[in-house]
Amino acid sequence: MADPIADLYAKTPCAGLLPVRVANLTVTEVEMGVMTTLSLFHGTEATAYKALEDGHGLRWPAPLTTGQGDGARILWFGRGQALLAGVTPDECLAAHMAVADQSDAWAAVHLTGDQADDILARLVPIDLRETVFPVGSTARTQLMHMQASITREASDRFLILVFRSMAATLVHDLKSAMEAVAARG
Amino acid sequence: MRVPGKGLVERSRVVPFRFDGVQYTGYEGDTLSSALLANDVRMVGRSFKYHRPRGIFTAGNEEPNALVTVGVGGRQEPNVRATMQELHEGLEVRSQNRWPSLGLDLLSVNDLAAPFLGAGFYYKTFMWPRAFWEKLYEPAIRRAAGLGALSGASNTDVYEKAHAFCDVLVIGSGPAGLMAALRAGRAGADVILAEEDSRFGGRLLAEEEAIDGQPGHQWADDVVAELRSMPNVRLMSRTSVTGAYDQGTYGALERVGHHRRRRPGLPLECFWRIVTKQTVLAAGALERPVAFRNNDRPGIMMAGAMRAYLNRWGVSPGKAVTVFGTNDNAYRTARDMAQAGIHVAALIDSRHDGPSSDLFPVIRGAQVCDAQGRRGLESITVRRASGEERIQTDCLAVAGGWNPTVHLTCHMGARPVWNDELLAFVPKDDAVPGLIAAGACNGVFSTDGCLRDGLAAAGRALQALERSAPEVDLPEAEDAPYQPDRLWAVSGKGRAWLDFQNDVTVKDVAQAARENFRSVEHMKRYTTQGMATDQGKNSNVAALAVLADATGRDVAETGTTTFRPPFTPVSIAAMGAGGQGDGFAPERFTTSHAASKEMGAPMIEAGLWYRPSYFPRNGERTWRQSCDREVNMVRQSVGVCDVSTLGKIDLQGPDAGAFLDLVYTGMFSTLKVGRTRYGLMLREDGHVMDDGTTARLGENHFLMTTTTAAAGEVMRHLDFVHQCHAPQMKVRFASVTEQWAQFAVAGPKARDFLNLVLDELVSNVDWPFMACGPVSVLGVKARLFRISFSGEMGYELAVPSRWGDSLFRALVKEAEKMGGGAYGMEALNVMRIEKGFITHAEIHGRVTAFDIGMQRMVSQKKDCIGKRMSERPGLMDQGRARLVGLKPVGAVKMLTAGAHLYARDADPVRVNHQGYVTSNCYSPTLESVIALGFLHYGPERIGETVKMVDHVRGIEALCEVVNPVFLDPEGGRVRG
Repeated sequence: MADPIADLYAKTPCAGLLPVRVANLTVTEVEMGVMTTLSLFHGTEATAYKALEDGHGLRWPAPLTTGQGDGARILWFGRGQALLAGVTPDECLAAHMAVADQSDAWAAVHLTGDQADDILARLVPIDLRETVFPVGSTARTQLMHMQASITREASDRFLILVFRSMAATLVHDLKSAMEAVAARG
Repeated sequence: MRVPGKGLVERSRVVPFRFDGVQYTGYEGDTLSSALLANDVRMVGRSFKYHRPRGIFTAGNEEPNALVTVGVGGRQEPNVRATMQELHEGLEVRSQNRWPSLGLDLLSVNDLAAPFLGAGFYYKTFMWPRAFWEKLYEPAIRRAAGLGALSGASNTDVYEKAHAFCDVLVIGSGPAGLMAALRAGRAGADVILAEEDSRFGGRLLAEEEAIDGQPGHQWADDVVAELRSMPNVRLMSRTSVTGAYDQGTYGALERVGHHRRRRPGLPLECFWRIVTKQTVLAAGALERPVAFRNNDRPGIMMAGAMRAYLNRWGVSPGKAVTVFGTNDNAYRTARDMAQAGIHVAALIDSRHDGPSSDLFPVIRGAQVCDAQGRRGLESITVRRASGEERIQTDCLAVAGGWNPTVHLTCHMGARPVWNDELLAFVPKDDAVPGLIAAGACNGVFSTDGCLRDGLAAAGRALQALERSAPEVDLPEAEDAPYQPDRLWAVSGKGRAWLDFQNDVTVKDVAQAARENFRSVEHMKRYTTQGMATDQGKNSNVAALAVLADATGRDVAETGTTTFRPPFTPVSIAAMGAGGQGDGFAPERFTTSHAASKEMGAPMIEAGLWYRPSYFPRNGERTWRQSCDREVNMVRQSVGVCDVSTLGKIDLQGPDAGAFLDLVYTGMFSTLKVGRTRYGLMLREDGHVMDDGTTARLGENHFLMTTTTAAAGEVMRHLDFVHQCHAPQMKVRFASVTEQWAQFAVAGPKARDFLNLVLDELVSNVDWPFMACGPVSVLGVKARLFRISFSGEMGYELAVPSRWGDSLFRALVKEAEKMGGGAYGMEALNVMRIEKGFITHAEIHGRVTAFDIGMQRMVSQKKDCIGKRMSERPGLMDQGRARLVGLKPVGAVKMLTAGAHLYARDADPVRVNHQGYVTSNCYSPTLESVIALGFLHYGPERIGETVKMVDHVRGIEALCEVVNPVFLDPEGGRVRG
């Protein structure tokens, strides 16, 4: 092949959109690394759990929970589904579950600040009080009009995933809520 | 006027404001109504129907008269209750429903016509001629009768909505609410205390009364300070709880910006959805008036309101006040006024056995039967057994008893219960699951009783939460009995007002009863009582009591109308907060969006996606020029189009093939690895749901594509089929639409072009039509599918989305070197019509596989979702409207989608309808307008001339029925 064309370059989902800062709140893009959805088959869940333990030393996350291991993290992602992030999935997994690459499918951001809860209270309909949704909790829910994955990483920090194509809307919605909260002074 | 030494306003902070263009001042802590009364402004509005002068009537959310317009332009807000509007610097307020001014209102002529304008007048008078209602009567009535108006400009204010969660929601912060919140807070429960007022304390702020030896408002401040110090308690002031809904959900409206000078970004209101496990409703009670002739004069107000103006805001609404009551509350008002140094001319007690006083004259066994003074009260007429007398007074306070605020307890269908001792409706137990009514809203009217009731309610709530309830000392407070007299309306001539806001009188209710509108619901609708913005808060009970008297029933038997949310007006903008402008819906952008915009492409919405319509080039003045060029470009050379928006669903598992056999009409389990097949999907009712191609990437691995618009619907359908019809199947699916940026490369030069960018060459032998597999493009791992939606040799190249932007730019640049380039949705649409390919314009939900000529794609070797239902009688009738192509053959060369088809010589009327046009375009390839449509017996009529009529656009054209595949019906081009 001739080489008439410049090399391809990669672009992140939130390129040009982030960071955003309003008062003491920030939204920044998160580099999640490889992201893979793992989905269990009916009747073979036990072998799938074992494959995950063997391959990554991770337990399959119970609904609404997350787990962490050696450079890898796993988020409950729906009915019989989990999102493995930060590592290339071990080859042994594919024999026991559906494994789909999602590394480029999701825009991932951190919402950080003391009032992070107040911002999400304006966008997310579920109960995110820390007593109910402590650090390490995750949920598939909606953020404004978008479906989203929301994980509490710290008292003042959430990880938010939405479809890549909706990154601009995510930033718009977060920013609008942040500005309204900040304007209360 | 202000009363020295009284009130809780901050007298050191003077606040200027304007009412109807006149500058006034008030103090921090004032409401608009207290400030207007302090400035001796008595007339503040005109009534709805008769345009009678009206003054401030209450001090709370039930205010029927003092409605004003705040702000100007897009921010103009009508019907703001002056009693709820806090004073702030820069507040600019106008009165409503008057022309040309409040003092001189020409429409007050309506009042002279009152004998003709009673209940049912409109229904009887404006019935004929029939056409006059819409054209003449209604517009004229609307102009004369009405409240405030919107500006017509788009509202520029920001609104918010938000969610909150708690264990115990306490609604109201009077003595009952504060005790409940204190106990629940000390128990460690998550508590939200919602108070409609700007300040916590409820009636304690309005009364001269002691709790534990200190003034009530100070006791309230102390409790609030303790609550504020608890991390588990959230205090929400200026928040009206507006509705009770299922599963412990409450709507609440917070006034965020109304009480402050406007500043950018500050929301005006926030609409909360509060979800709680237990609720203590401590909403208090609303005082009710007694109806008598001319009881709507400015200067007549509620007795409790008069005390509130005096004790909270240090304002006396008059110089010589009188009080008319049916219970001891009247004495409280007269006592407070007299002790503050205001002249109390008389207290008129309807009872014969009321107490006496040495502070003011008391007239027992008497009634006020008339009031004089058109723009402001001048005197009242008092009727006794011995005769009538006039008393000079500029302000009359009326104490007709208390109506518990039962509204929220009725929001889930329960009716309140009549209590004949209290002469009031009280909440039904467990009317709303998890809600406990306490205090005045529960029919407990002494302060001591309210404190006890609040404490007990919290105890019950904590018990339900399985938490231990801490002991809280009960403070000492008054415990006076409440024994009201049964008096709803004073008999006599003239008009006695019940519903001030909608101008409904005692006569109107009696008239309704006479005309047999005896049900309370009928009376309400016939008279419009309770149907204004105040929802009849201070007139409902009296109106139905009057109805009960008129129909010879008791009140309990008469019953109430239905209390529905919202309790207090909620702006639509608050409920739809965030939905304006860019917040209306998510915008989905492809990875090539920025590059397409740079190329000047106008965007077209496809579902939530934005797709380039066409790519204009120099010299092109219309979209058609660009579109025609792009079509010719693809037909002759090579074009590149972003097709990432099509849904992509990754299916894996040992049963994936069998699952696809179930959801598609065709057979997929036999598809070879490395091959793609076109599939048609039916709904359960047998009609076509969606179409697309599915590729087999591995033995247990398929990739399905859906149309852009139906991606979500198909995903949901697959989940439904899997979970409900085939849960035993070992198959899972995941949306990978967003993972891949996918570009169609189409045209006779497509393969030559691809071989410039692929790392390994592709040939027609290795990559025949419908082949698929992994490739590498410019060093990036990719997937290649040989499929075509244009009828040309076509490929689709997919890369992980991060590479999408740069790959699209590279592909377009290279294609342009070969005489090709990017093409948009318009060209894509033209080419698919030329090929007779369907989109959702054709598969619009009412067509079957038979209708689109794809019956042979429904495999006879297996079952599939929708197959049996598609075989119902009539769904495969030859006479159905079936897919055909159309070409104009007459003088008019225009075909339009949405037009209807008729036999050539038939009248173009409904009964002769034979079909319709679904898609149309100008085909530069065929140099003709072409269209797709559905026609009775379609395929059997090829060659026939039919008539197309577009009644909307006024177009009529003769067209020939042709094969829907206009171009290359053999398909030689795609295989080349």
